[in-house]
This record gives sequence, C-alpha cells and structure tokens, in this order.
Amino acid sequence: MATILTKRLNKELREMQTHGLPTGITIVRADDLSEWLLSVEVLGNTLYEGEKFCLRFEFPHNYPIDSPAVTFVADDKWTAPVHPHVYSNGHICASILGPEWSPVLSVVSVCLTLQSMLASCTSKQRPPDNDKYVSHAPRNPKNTRFHYDDDTV
Amino acid sequence: MSDDAISDYYSDEEMEYNYSDPEQDGDDADLENEEEEDYAQFTPAVLGKRPLPWEVEYESLEPDKLREIVNKDVEHVAGIFGVEPEIARALLRHYKWNKERLIEQYMDGPERVLAAAGLPAQSGLPSFSNSRSLAATKKPATKSKSFSCPICASTQPGESAMALPCGHTFCSECWEMYITSKIKDEGECDVRCMEEGCAIRIPTAWMKKLLDSHTYARYQELLLAAYVADNRNFEFCPFPSCDLTVMTPNFSPTPSALSTTVPTVHCGHGHTFCFGCGEQQDHRPLICAVVKMWLRKCADDSETANWIKSNTKECPKCVSTIEKNGGCNHMTCKKCKHEFCWVCMGPWTEHGTAWYNCNRYDEKAGVDARDAQSRSRASLERYLHYYNRYANHEQSARLDRELYAKTEKKMEEMQIASELTWIEVQFAKRAVDELVRCRTTLKWTYAMAFYLEKNNETIMFEDNQRDLERAVEELSELLESPIEPMTITELRSKMTNLTVYVQKRNEIMLNDTAQKYQDGAWIWNVSVPDF
Repeated sequence: MATILTKRLNKELREMQTHGLPTGITIVRADDLSEWLLSVEVLGNTLYEGEKFCLRFEFPHNYPIDSPAVTFVADDKWTAPVHPHVYSNGHICASILGPEWSPVLSVVSVCLTLQSMLASCTSKQRPPDNDKYVSHAPRNPKNTRFHYDDDTV
Repeated sequence: MSDDAISDYYSDEEMEYNYSDPEQDGDDADLENEEEEDYAQFTPAVLGKRPLPWEVEYESLEPDKLREIVNKDVEHVAGIFGVEPEIARALLRHYKWNKERLIEQYMDGPERVLAAAGLPAQSGLPSFSNSRSLAATKKPATKSKSFSCPICASTQPGESAMALPCGHTFCSECWEMYITSKIKDEGECDVRCMEEGCAIRIPTAWMKKLLDSHTYARYQELLLAAYVADNRNFEFCPFPSCDLTVMTPNFSPTPSALSTTVPTVHCGHGHTFCFGCGEQQDHRPLICAVVKMWLRKCADDSETANWIKSNTKECPKCVSTIEKNGGCNHMTCKKCKHEFCWVCMGPWTEHGTAWYNCNRYDEKAGVDARDAQSRSRASLERYLHYYNRYANHEQSARLDRELYAKTEKKMEEMQIASELTWIEVQFAKRAVDELVRCRTTLKWTYAMAFYLEKNNETIMFEDNQRDLERAVEELSELLESPIEPMTITELRSKMTNLTVYVQKRNEIMLNDTAQKYQDGAWIWNVSVPDF
C-alpha cells in the first residue's frame, strides 16, 4: 500500500522539478510524504490580484485511490481566500476533492483547479453558512459531507 | 489487455448470483418446513389469496427468488433491445429500474441512453456500425513490453495494463484497489472508470476477475440493495440479520396510499413490519404519519415538563419545586419553612382568620392562575389517559407471552400424561398469539383516539374498541386459569371459542377503520403531514 503512495508522490515531485510548475504555483514545503504545502497566486485581472494563498495537502495511506485532504492554510502567516466555496478555516467545498475525485488527478491538477476556481470568482464572499460550519467543522474536511449545488463559481 | 479481454468485455454471461454455499441451502430447507406452519398464521394476505380490505397483498422472497426476479427484468429488457444482459442491467440501474421510461427513451436514441448510463456503444446497433473499430482504436498499446501506470507510477509488464472501451489504461492492481475501495468503503456498486470525468461503467466481468470472493459477494449484495432501494414495491425486512425481502405487487407506498392504508407485512421468518414506515410492528389501525407523531410525542420528555408544570408550584420564597400531594392549602416549605397558601400563593399570615379557606380565591389574579393551570392539566390528563392505556396493552402483551412460556411446559407434560394429541394442546398458543395481535391493535387504537376529533365516527370507534378490549381481557384472564387434566377439555373449548370471538372483534375494528380511511371519514384534531 504504502509503496504506491511513495512511488506516486516521488513521481509527482520529480515531474514538478523537471517540468516545472504552472504559473502562479510554487512549492512551499514538500520534504516528506505525509504533508505538502504549495502556494497559489491568481494572476491577471481577478479579484485576488496580488494575494497569495497556501494549500495544505495531506495524503491518506491509499493515495491516490483515495483523495488527499486539501485545505487553505489559515494561520498567522497565511489566510484563506474570501470565496463562496472556501470557509474561513480553510476548508474547501469542491466536488473533485470529494465524490468526483479521480486517481488520475494529482497535486498539480488540484492546484490548477482551485486556481481557476478563484480566478472565475465574481464576488468576494464567504459561504452563507460560514460561521455555523466553522464552529462545528471536523479537523479533516473529508469528514464533512458537502452538498455540491453551485457550479457557476 | 489482450484481444480476448476486449471481446470478453460485457459479453460475459455470468450474471448469475447463484453463488450458493451448502450451509445456506441447509438453512433454507429448515426454514421451509417452519414456514409451512407460520405462513398460515402470519401471512393471511400472501399472494394468490384475496386480501382482506385492511390488508395489502405481498410476498416474502428468499434472496435467490429476488435475484430471479431481478434477472427476469434484465432478460426482458435485454430481449427487447437485443443487447447483452449486462448492458440491460446497467441501463436499468441507470434508469432506477423504471422499465417503461428506459424503453421509451432507448427507442428514441440508444446512443444517448447508453452514453448517459456509462456504457460503450453497442456493435449490434445499426447506428453504431463503426463501434467495433472505435473500440479497436482505443485499445491500449500492448505492443511495448512494459508500461507505466499513471496512478501508482510504477513500471509494469504490459499484460497488467487494463482498459475499458474508453481506452483509459491503468494497471490491474490500481483497478483492483480502486474498485475494492469503492465497494467496501463507499458501498458503491456503480463503479466507473478511474479517469477524471469518464463515465464508462466497470462491467461485472471485471469485478469477478479482479475482486476477492468476499468483496465480490459484497458487490452482489449492493446490486440487490440498489434494486430494492429503487423499487417502491420491494423492501428488505428491517429485522437485524434477516435476509428476506417483501414484495407488494399491487401496492406502492406513496404518501397518498399511506394516508389511507397501513401496509403491515410479515417476512417468511415471521417478522412483522410496516411496508410504509419500516416500524417493526403491526401498527394498524393507525396510519404511518400519525404513528410517527405519537411515537415522537411519547419519546419527547416535554410531557414530563408538562406534568411538572401542572402538578407542582414553586415556593414563593426559595423557589424549591413543591408537589402538593393532599391536605390543606396551608403549605410550609420543607426547605425554608416559609408558610404560604397553595391557592393564592400569598403568605399564610395574610389569611388572618380565614383558616383553611382562602378568601382571596376569587380575586382576578387567582382565578387566572387557576384557569391556566387547569387547562394545562386537562390536556395532560387527556394525553395520560390514552398513553396509559397504550402502554398498558404493550406491557400486557409481553406479560401474556411470558405467562404462556410458563404454561407451555405444563401443557407438554399434560400431553404426555393425558390422551390429548399435540394439536389439541395448541389451543393456548393460538390464544396467546391472537391475544398479542389484538393487544397490538388496541394499543394503536388508543394512540389513534388521542388524535381523533370527537364526532359520531369516534363514538362508534370507541364502541368497537371497548368490545375488543373487553373480549381481550376476558381471554387474558382465562389464560391465567390453572390448567388441570380434569378441566382441560372444558378450558379448551372455552378458550378456543373466546379466541375466535376476539379474532372477530379485531377484524371488525380493522375493517371499520380501514373502510373509513377509504371514505375519508377520519378527522384528526391536529394537522397530519404527508408521510
């Protein structure tokens, strides 16, 4: 089991190093195989111009069969973007991190999806149930059953 | 993936769910014997017999029989469309087993329907004459000796590469892990290609090839569960570890049907449950929606609070809760020794010479307080009236059973000692069974009466209830009488007669209530939501 996780993450890391990362995405920390941090900037003329966010990837033992737990880091150094699908604790409501996860997706492809999610945002807002969710949220967002209702942003 | 594998795709005929282990077969045989007897008692409305007006027709199905029914549906559709059963099954699953809708839409445009259900185009269809070549071009490259799986990032021999007709190629280990995780962790039987956004379904043949026997068995269970969940006319028996299914061919538990019918059914193992709400008992004559209200009300401790409110007052000085359990109005708080009047709550000293007769009783504040309290008490008393009778029948049914368990041994001994046959000493068992059934009816009539508006119908209802109750209590008493060899013949005829009478009264009760549901004659004193 663990060998798949190791092989796959090593391969992803190797590819990032040899082929480089897409614009706006940089590795903050990827020195062990349980947790990676990557920063995401939304370039061009968007609501998040000039802002930089940090994504935390936590890998389950059977990654990539099972999806990674992905959150925006929200601490003294980083803040989570203000977005209708991002809670202030950094939890993200995105179907590819839940039921639509596919093992062919990778750390980079998740970063790209979230980058474009931010880029296409039209109004900087927290989710309507933010306060209620954040006060009761489990530590791991994968334990939340999100209801995916909005495909527009 | 070899050419063979491609042609195997979906053409695998092993649809059979008949994995049978000898142990299970043995059990089945035993059950059948038992069933013969229990059936007569438990399932008066089994298929083939005309159901009584207050019953629904149903049939209890063994897992094998259910599989047979599913396969029949599958083969029917496969025959119409001229496709493999596997394809027909996937289509039916996609259409939630709504055969009519599937057939209609398939006739309109098979390509669209197949694609939506995650199936490759069928070579037999004229509109897809090129599908064979399509599949061929999408075949994974097997020429090379080795292949690198994009998921586990390992280089493997070419043989381990597997692709569905969509062409997305991964190694067999990853497929296996993925499918196993979907089935075991997520309980999902519709597993699709691992590629992002690819909707192609994984065929049963793959499941069989890749999965260990335990996971494969789980997969088969999930398929059946999906069928039962999608079909309104099927329900699993809700009793723990019971593997039977009940089918009601002529009854669908729609909200409107459930507002006039209580679909009590019994599985072949004798478990009684409601086909509408899954309640594990016969809750006739009360409909599901009201049963739910009643059970919630009984479970809710708001009634406890209500009781405290109407039976107690607080000491005006130290606010301890005090229950007045008799005696005069001159109260002395046990805790703070404050003396006050129970009626006006004022200090006792102000009563002056009006000892034991509160002269402030008629003052407006006093009257208001008294009215509020008595209103609350009246509604509580009404609830308690019905609840106590409801709970009493529930308890009595249990006690009747316990009593019988004690008697049973004695009966057996008597059978040995006397000339009576086994059949002849069964009268007490029949009496207890009937008694328990009738007590269950009675129990629910009390819950029903609580919610019924008072009118002529309810007067008749209460008459029927009273007659049934009287007969039930009489039979219950008879059951307690000592069984002696000298009197057993007399007791038997008495008990048998009374059992028949009680059964009649129960039928009258159920028939009358069922009839009035049909006529819309029952008026509830609360608004009853759809179930």
